[in-house]
Amino acid sequence: MSKAVYVATTMVAPRRAPVRMPGAWGFVRTRLLNSPTNILLTFACALLLWFTVIPTVKFLLVDAVWQGSDRNACLPETVGWPVGACWPFIQAKFSQFIYGFYPEAERWRVDTTFLLGALLLAPLLVPQLPAKAANAALFFIAFPVVAFVLLHGGYGGLTVVPTRLWGGMLVTLVVAITGIVASMPIGIALALGRRSSIPLIRFSCIAFIEFWRGVPLITVLFFATYMLPLFLPGNFTVDGLVRVLIGVALFAGAYNAEVIRGGLQAIPRGQAEAASALGLSWWRTTRLVVLPQALRHVIPGLVNSFIALLKDTSLVSIVALFDLLGQLRAAFADPAWSSPSTLFTGFAFTGIIYFVLCFGMSRYSLFVERRLNAHRRS
Amino acid sequence: MSVNPIVGIAGLNKWFGEFHVLRDIDLAVGTGERIVICGPSGSGKSTLIRCINALEEFQEGRITVDGIELGPNLQRVDDIRREVGMVFQSFNLFPHLTVLENCTLAPIFVRHMSKKDAEAAAMQYLERVRIPDKARSYPGQLSGGQQQRVAIARALTMNPKVMLFDEPTSALDPEMVKEVLDTMVDLAGEGMTMLVVTHEMGFARQVANRVVFMDSGQIIEVNKPEPFFDHPQHERTKLFLGQILR
Ligand SMILES: Nc1ncnc2c1ncn2[C@@H]1O[C@H](COP(=O)(O)OP(=O)(O)O)[C@@H](O)[C@H]1O
Ligand SMILES: [Mg+2]
Repeated sequence: MSKAVYVATTMVAPRRAPVRMPGAWGFVRTRLLNSPTNILLTFACALLLWFTVIPTVKFLLVDAVWQGSDRNACLPETVGWPVGACWPFIQAKFSQFIYGFYPEAERWRVDTTFLLGALLLAPLLVPQLPAKAANAALFFIAFPVVAFVLLHGGYGGLTVVPTRLWGGMLVTLVVAITGIVASMPIGIALALGRRSSIPLIRFSCIAFIEFWRGVPLITVLFFATYMLPLFLPGNFTVDGLVRVLIGVALFAGAYNAEVIRGGLQAIPRGQAEAASALGLSWWRTTRLVVLPQALRHVIPGLVNSFIALLKDTSLVSIVALFDLLGQLRAAFADPAWSSPSTLFTGFAFTGIIYFVLCFGMSRYSLFVERRLNAHRRS
Repeated sequence: MSVNPIVGIAGLNKWFGEFHVLRDIDLAVGTGERIVICGPSGSGKSTLIRCINALEEFQEGRITVDGIELGPNLQRVDDIRREVGMVFQSFNLFPHLTVLENCTLAPIFVRHMSKKDAEAAAMQYLERVRIPDKARSYPGQLSGGQQQRVAIARALTMNPKVMLFDEPTSALDPEMVKEVLDTMVDLAGEGMTMLVVTHEMGFARQVANRVVFMDSGQIIEVNKPEPFFDHPQHERTKLFLGQILR
């Protein structure tokens, strides 16, 4: 039994924490094989990897055909073994996947747009680089105009390339980037409006959000393409792609609005009160104090909806726009390349492209999140 | 008390729905005067001082600050808020901004000062609350006492004529209460007009010109600190002091 009175006579000096069992074998023993359950789980996971990774590698690389000029190159009969990926198919159709039916002689315009976009976007994504405001203005305001003029033409001697000829990666990127960029201000405005104390604003925002969230994107696209022209006055037409872009932006905006509203709710009332007490107007309070904090909270949710949007762009196929997946399906129809593995190769290829884009977005958002939330690591 | 009060509250009545939270409040605060407001939880102390800088609206009565009248419809809110600084129980520093940015935000965007001037001025105030070395830190990296001192500096950057404190030390660990109170004593020494909601009786005795006791949305008793604590008059005051001075 311990005594009722105790007075420390020595001060314990700090010591190093004991070292865990080091090395790879130590890791395996302490983390993977330290109990019967874990041994079982480790074994199960190893089997799972074995049965997924090996066939994938076999299909994509080992059994793949790398050269050829038509389907014969990818037929098991000609090759002599069960063929994996038929890469010549991708090679032959590659430019179609990127440009769609954009006239070959004008494709430099697409390349220039891609290059310009990349050159403006890259420095925007690196926080250490200066002149963010000018850079952002160029990317978000000047670039869309330049891109439209370049891609569509009709000015300065550029021949017009109507948007129904656009396709492939070009359409996927145009729809996804416009959707993502335009949905942010729409989402912020709707989220703020939904919390407004003015009933008219609040109810219009709620109605708007619930309407756009309530209908499937396919319906939105279908309406925008086939029904809207019927409502518009006879000689007034809006380009098909632009109609789709507007539909996508409003749809994504309604989703973002709810994500952002979640972030706004997480900000204690005291923050806005402190700002008001300092004399900041409602707009300034919102812009400088509330929104920056709210948006940081909801980066994961926003990226989630951006990724969903990127993949949903493939739905534009149903309104006769040929995005990446649409072009892929068109390519499948080519009898010159019909082989047992064409379908798998095509989907594997586009799957990889989508994955790289989405995974890139996801990793970048993690980086941004860590950076912006530096203040929370106290 | 001076003839021309810097804060004048007359016939103030406020309801939250059906709940009559402030009842017939009359209070005049002279320039340079320090008022300590105390009373049981829920008696309306916070609501009263939040009315003074229009964080709450009210239904009846008049509030004037430095000659600017704040009617029940809160006209001239912006003018009033320029005159009045506020310190909250929960600090309410902006966590995404550094200490220095917290202190320059309002001067830059409300007073339209240049960033350089605003930073120089902010550093002076941070020195005054003895925390200039933390200018580049984020609020989350500071102790509660340091955060509250930054909050005081932040309010001071707007050059207010009146400072409101709503239980500034209630959220602090005991060993940090003193550093914040010392800062407030300094401020009082410089002649700032202060309305302080607090239960720190030592501070009240040392600094206050008058102590106001509130209960059930009403001012029950107003007196100088010594007589207030030593010879409370009203039964409720005696009961309240008996509870907190055990
Ligand atoms: N926004 C509000 N809506 C409704 N009732 C409120 C609101 N704010 C405060 N109250 C009520 O008003 C009373 C006084 O609150 P408060 O001024 O915060 O008291 P104190 O600061 O003296 O503890 C309390 O009963 C509280 O529940
Ligand atoms: Mg209170």
